[in-house]
This record gives sequence, C-alpha cells and structure tokens, in this order.
Amino acid sequence: MSSVLKVENLCVSIDEKLILKGVDLEVRQGEIHALMGPNGSGKSTLAYALMGHPKYELVDGRISIDGESLNELEPDARARKGIFLAFQYPVTVPGVKVADFLRHAVTNVRNPNRKEGEGLIPMREFRAELKSRMEELGIEPEFARRYLNDGFSGGEKKRMEILQLAMLRPKFAILDETDSGLDSDAVRFVSEAISRLAGPDMAIIIITHHERLLEFNRPQHTHVLLAGRVVERGDARLAHELHDQGYTGVRQRHPEAAAEEQAAADAGNRQPAAAR
Amino acid sequence: MSTATSVSRTPPSFGEEALRAHPGRTGEPAWLGEQRDAAFASYQDLLSRPLDPEEWKRVDLRSFQPGKFRLADASSLSAQFQSLMDTRAEFAGIVSHVDGHRVESRLDPALAARGVLFGSLHELARSHGDLLKEKLFSAVRPDVDRMAAWHSAFLTGGTVLYVPRNVELKAPLYSLIGLDQAGAADFSHTLVILEEGAQATLLEETASTTSDRPGLHVGCVELLVGQGARLRYVQLQNWNQQTFHFAHQKGIVARDASLQWTVGGIGSRLSHVHQDVVLDGPGASGEVNGCTFATHRQLLSYYTQQTHRAVNTHSDLLYKDVLRDEARVVWRGMIRVDPGAQQTDGYQRNDSLLLSPEARADSIPGLEIEADDVRCTHGSTAGRVDEDQIFYLMCRGISRYEAMHMIVEGFFHSIYDRIAVDVVRETLSRSVERKLGIGL
Ligand SMILES: Nc1ncnc2c1ncn2[C@@H]1O[C@H](COP(=O)(O)OP(=O)(O)OP(=O)(O)O)[C@@H](O)[C@H]1O
Ligand SMILES: [Mg+2]
Repeated sequence: MSSVLKVENLCVSIDEKLILKGVDLEVRQGEIHALMGPNGSGKSTLAYALMGHPKYELVDGRISIDGESLNELEPDARARKGIFLAFQYPVTVPGVKVADFLRHAVTNVRNPNRKEGEGLIPMREFRAELKSRMEELGIEPEFARRYLNDGFSGGEKKRMEILQLAMLRPKFAILDETDSGLDSDAVRFVSEAISRLAGPDMAIIIITHHERLLEFNRPQHTHVLLAGRVVERGDARLAHELHDQGYTGVRQRHPEAAAEEQAAADAGNRQPAAAR
Repeated sequence: MSTATSVSRTPPSFGEEALRAHPGRTGEPAWLGEQRDAAFASYQDLLSRPLDPEEWKRVDLRSFQPGKFRLADASSLSAQFQSLMDTRAEFAGIVSHVDGHRVESRLDPALAARGVLFGSLHELARSHGDLLKEKLFSAVRPDVDRMAAWHSAFLTGGTVLYVPRNVELKAPLYSLIGLDQAGAADFSHTLVILEEGAQATLLEETASTTSDRPGLHVGCVELLVGQGARLRYVQLQNWNQQTFHFAHQKGIVARDASLQWTVGGIGSRLSHVHQDVVLDGPGASGEVNGCTFATHRQLLSYYTQQTHRAVNTHSDLLYKDVLRDEARVVWRGMIRVDPGAQQTDGYQRNDSLLLSPEARADSIPGLEIEADDVRCTHGSTAGRVDEDQIFYLMCRGISRYEAMHMIVEGFFHSIYDRIAVDVVRETLSRSVERKLGIGL
C-alpha cells in the first residue's frame, strides 16, 4: 500500500512572524507535485517545516504520514520516516567526507531503529553502491573523499543533493530549486536523473521557477503559494501557464493574498529604514 | 598576585622531611640524590618568587591546593585502567607506572639485543648511570622554573627510551602513567634519547583508574633527537577531571633530524603544559600537533615555544581545541628565531571550536625574530558549531549526537591527517566520542 504525506492547516512562524497561514497538502507515494509561487511566498519555509527545522515554529496544524503525526519528531526521525529535502542552499560541513557522511545517513535511514554506536552498513557493499550512483549522476569518484560541499561549485552542490536522494531513496522527496544554479546541460542531466529515480515508491515535490525539471517530471498536481497560503491548485497545465505568464494573474484572482504579500514586503522595506 | 601566592608555601607533604623520606631514594645512585637536594633548594627559592606572568597570567591556580596531595608509598598492582591504547596495537615494548611506582616493563628482546633501552628511570639510573647522569635534566634544567624544580626534587621515576645509532624501530613503544589512590602525586619523567640516524615512535598515555579520585602530576618530558634521527612522540593526557597536571616539556632536535610531537589534551581539572621545541642544528624540523577537548569546568593551558637556533630549520605547530560547557582553553605560542638562524620557516596556528556559549578559548600567538631572512607566520580562529550544519546532517537521518560528533571529528581531521599512526588517531577519536556522550 502506498504511503500518504498529509499536511493539514499548517501554520508556521519564524521569529514570531507568521509565514505559513494554513497550508493543506496531500501527497501520495509515486505522485509528482509542483509547488510554485513568487519569491518569498513560503515554499522553502514549507519544505523546512516539513523537515522539522528548529527555527520554524509550528503554531498550528498537523503533518502526518499514514495518519501518524510527525509534529513532535526531530529532523533525523523524519528522515528515517522517509522524508527528504534537497536544499535550495546546501550546507558545507568541513572535515566530514562525503562517503563517511553518506554511510552514516544510509545506515540510519535504512535501519530506522538503529541505536547510536551500532554498526554501519558493510563498507564493501556501500562503496560499490555509492560508486554506481555517482557514475549515473556523472560525479567524479574523487568527490566521495572530499569534504561535504566544501569548495563545491553551486552546480556540484546540487548534484550532491541528488546523489544523496539516490542513495537514501525516500518515500517523499522535496526538491527546493534543485535546478537553480545549474547550467542548461546540467539541468537536463539532473532532470533526467530525477525522472529515473522517480517511480511508484517515491513521491516528488518539485519547487521551481523553471520548466525544465517539470518537462521531464510531469506533475499530476500543481499548488500555488501566495503569502503563505495555497491559493490555486491544478495540474501540469497550471505550472506551464504560470511559467509563461508569471504571477500577475494569480495576484489579480486573489487580491487579499496579494495585499498581504504587499504588506509583508512593505514591512520588510520599512524595517531597514527605521533602523537607519 | 593570586597565582604567585597559592603555591608559594611548602606544604608538609612536599617539605624537607617528605623529601628525606621520599620512597624513590631507596637504592638510587648518589648523583640522583644530590640532584634532588639541589633541586629542592631551587624549589624553595623559586617558591618565594612569582611565576612568570607571561606564562601563567591566564591560569588561575586558586583551586589548586598542593597540600591535598602526597607521594604514594606503593601502588596497587591490580589497578584497572580505562586505558585507551594499550590493547589496541602491537607494541615493541611497554613501561607502566601507577602512583609513581613501576608496574610493568618489557621490551622486545630482539631490540634489547641491538642496544635499545626501554624501561623505568629508576632501574636504568642504576644499570646505565653514566648515560642518565649526562642526559637527565640536560634539556629541562631543574632550576628553570618552579614546576621543574618541584618535579626534580620529588621525581618518582618515569620512562626512559634510548635508541642507538642507526637503529630503526618499526613498531611503536607504549608508556602508561597512571594514578589510582586518592590524593596521590606523580612526578614522573619521560626521557627519550635517539642517537644519530635512529628512528622510533613512543606513545604515552596518562590515565586515572577512577573518575573521582583527585590526583596530581608534576611531570617533565625531555626528547633528545640526535643528528638525522626521527622521533614520533605522542602524549595523550587523559586524567580524570579531578586531577591537576603540570608539565615542563622540551624537545631538542639536532641537525637534519625531525620530531613529530602530538599532544592530546582530554582530561584533568586544570592542566598547564610548557612545551618547547628547539631546532638546534641546520636542517632540523619539528612538527607539533595539539588536539584538545575540554568540557565542564576544565581549564587546559598550553604555553608553546618553537625556537629556531640554526639555519634552514623548519617548525610547524597546529593546535585544535574543542570546548564545551564552561570549559576554557588557553594557548600562548611563541616562535623565536635566533640571530643567524636564517632561512628558517616557522608556522603556528590555533583553531578553536566552541560547542557552547559559556566556553572560552584564548589564543595568543607571538613572534620574536632576530634574523632577517626568515618566513614566520601565525594564525588563529575561533568559531561556533553551526546549527545549520547540524540541521543539514539531521535531515539525512543522522542524530544530533552523531552530527555533533561528525562536526567535531571533522574539525580534528586536519590533525588526524597529520598523525600517521592509526592507533593514535583511533584513540583520540574514541576519547572524543566518549566525552561527547556525557551531558548531551
Ligand atoms: N530565517 C528567517 N527569518 C526571518 N524571515 C524569514 C526567514 N526565512 C524566511 N523568512 C521569510 O519568510 C518568507 C518566506 O520565505 P521562503 O524562503 O519560504 O520563500 P520562498 O517561497 O522559498 O522564496 P524563493 O522563491 O525566493 O526561494 C519571506 O518573507 C522570508 O523573508
Ligand atoms: Mg525558497
């Protein structure tokens, strides 16, 4: 039976500021969703909140997989439940080798009940698997021995996120602008790689401002965020339309949300002025 | 000054009578006894004078009461150690001391047959008096400062390694300095003599049998690296957090010789190490690696000097400190270049990683250069663990504890990469892991 990730009335604030104002979302394993919306509309916030980032306070609502609430779970426990976030801005961890990090990650995600200090998956198996995933993604073997994202180019970091996705094979993958910062060949390459990884066991939530990823990974569902609310839903055509025409139409159709967006932007602009 | 007064009166346990009754006196050669008496006179004299403020300024000795410690009459042979290294590798020889008394001493007979000496200072002072008389306290003079004088007067023995000309030891040697009884004081000495072209690795560990019995170590290390010789010396300080550790340590590196000296600072309540590397002949090189992890209310202090006395010498020091809770680490480093020591290359660096807002790292590099054709550089950084890094790792199924451990290990990586001895790397890594497990 396929799993369902359910988000109900999700309200999230950062530093007391309400960013998400009641988001509903239902994603089933095997589906592809596009999450769209203008800059600052709350897409990354939703992604972080799903992972349980400590700074993102869940003021109201519920996140669950197959009815089991994730609200109280730490990010690592959520990862072990099968959620994965490919970061918009991957983090550098100096001194930690890609292979060592991934071996820990893979061990924990595949044996969710593993206790700290218990054995890792066998080295030989792991190496072989890592090597073939890297080959498939066109990542040079030497990257396994490099420090995680340390000195990686923007594009290399994004590939590294996809390598992690490929190794961890989550039930629900959120890709936060995985296509940004990649040159057009790389976008195509990564898009194809993702479509190969997709399948009945993986749901993909694609956050993007471009079309390429969606061409290769055609969404059945599109959700449009504006000022922290889902204001429109549709299918692949909606995503295509937004890409062609921008968000002017959306704002016109949802004047209240557009006004909130404007108000937040004004508040954001006023603050530095007041500080001056 | 508080630091000057706190140890300035001789407590009875380290007074004249205690010196006369010193258990080490039994059976030791006359010259050693005379040296004790002379050192005691220096000690008394130095007690009346303040400690060098440059070296001790940041070390608050108020919590240290020497009167609470005394020499132990005998050691319990059955003392059980949380030793980190001893079962982990094939050693060519082992010497161990507990509470200042020798417990074990052995050396691969094949090496003994080639003239290698590895054993307790007391035994070797009897069997090889001439050698020891010449070398003991040749690098660290007993009257150089208060701690050295105190150590020399109350010397409880120690470990001596002698490697003859051109003899290369492949397997490492191991020395354990242990403390067991509550209030026991250890004044052990480590003396390493490598003759021309010799090579050896000595791993030394200081450890307590319990986590709560207070102890005192006033130690001294002398490393004499002969022409073209290569010495790797590791000292892992792993006392319990009730122990005070003072040490005066010096390595003298002759022409074309090299010394790789690694210091691990994990334990002790308060420790102060004076560590000197002297590049004494042309082409000599010294590499110093420091790796410390302080938690709770520990204070670990290092006063390091790299002295270039000859042309074309090279020194490279890297200390990496991790601190948590209210711990404090002080590193004060100095590169000295004598006039005429041209074409020298001196480097020192100290990086700190703070795991909690209350922890504090003081890093004070310094240069004193009297030659003009040299390259000397230093640097230091201090940073906090980045919550974004922890979140990122946790998003991949790694627990907060594991993430923290990875980040600390990652921080130490550049040191581990320099230490080519697996057992040392593993030992350090394990002690870090063990310590991280507390209070998280
Ligand atoms: N750490 C933070 N502190 C304060 N405000 C934040 C923080 N992170 C995000 N915000 C605010 O929350 C709102 C939503 O930001 P978010 O990053 O979720 O937008 P987004 O839809 O991902 O935008 P983009 O398309 O530019 O990536 C913005 O107004 C942003 O300024
Ligand atoms: Mg974003």
